Amino acid sequence: MTLAAFPDAQPLAGLVGGLMIGIAGALMLLGAGRIAGVSGIVARGLGLSDGGMSPGSAWMFLLGLPLGAALAAIALGGVQVEAPPLALLLVAGLVVGFGTRLGSGCTSGHGVCGVSRLSARSIVATVTFISAGILTVFVMRLIGVVA
Amino acid sequence: MSALRRLGPPLLSGTLFGAGLTVGGMTDPARVRGFLDILGAWDPTLAFVMAGALAVMAIAWRVRARMKRPVFAEEFSLPEKQDLDPRLIGGAALFGVGWGIAGLCPGPAVASIAIEPAMALPFVAAMIAGMALYRVAPSRPATA
Repeated sequence: MTLAAFPDAQPLAGLVGGLMIGIAGALMLLGAGRIAGVSGIVARGLGLSDGGMSPGSAWMFLLGLPLGAALAAIALGGVQVEAPPLALLLVAGLVVGFGTRLGSGCTSGHGVCGVSRLSARSIVATVTFISAGILTVFVMRLIGVVA
Repeated sequence: MSALRRLGPPLLSGTLFGAGLTVGGMTDPARVRGFLDILGAWDPTLAFVMAGALAVMAIAWRVRARMKRPVFAEEFSLPEKQDLDPRLIGGAALFGVGWGIAGLCPGPAVASIAIEPAMALPFVAAMIAGMALYRVAPSRPATA
């Protein structure tokens, strides 16, 4: 399925992928009683945060992420990845790591789990990071740095 | 509680999460940046991913309200903070800047280790460094 106005978009694949992510978040919430927030779980697994799930559970979730990605890539017969340059990856990674700890979450914890809970903190965080992301891409376009 | 009951749900959740990100195209930074590039060739795919995930999770929160305890754990342990402090907004803004620069956030970055390690590993290493930097930053309150 495609959208006439946006020929590059993959609405159906996006929706199916989103439903899978939702089920994953629901399993974590209703099964383990926890939020499926990836930045918090990474910090927890590495001993960089004091609260949260057990480090063992964190590592299971973190192992699952690439495992699931590999299985999906095999099922799909390969996936397209257009990687940004190394320098941008390093700068972005540093900022994402610091920012997600300072702001207590990322796209999964705030964007999916928190917004669906109608948490005011998560809604404000999500509006803020999407706005900052849009502004950043716009400025990069302006100065001619496009990943 | 047996190890399977304790470790099974997070492993299954992570696997499903990683597969969902990949199916939804979110492991491709170009697609994520396409969503943020509203003045360029805008790609709304990420909005469909969010819609699907939010629909399921909205139901999950309603189910949770009727449950005394989670299925495989003793109790729910969920964030209860309510205040909109500057740290939340500053952190989210910083995260958004990094997200825009590379088109990667923590979930797709960790998942991509299996798909494009040359891209994912440097990003994840830098991300961990950023988290460690926050950990040692002097302004960090004892409770964070």
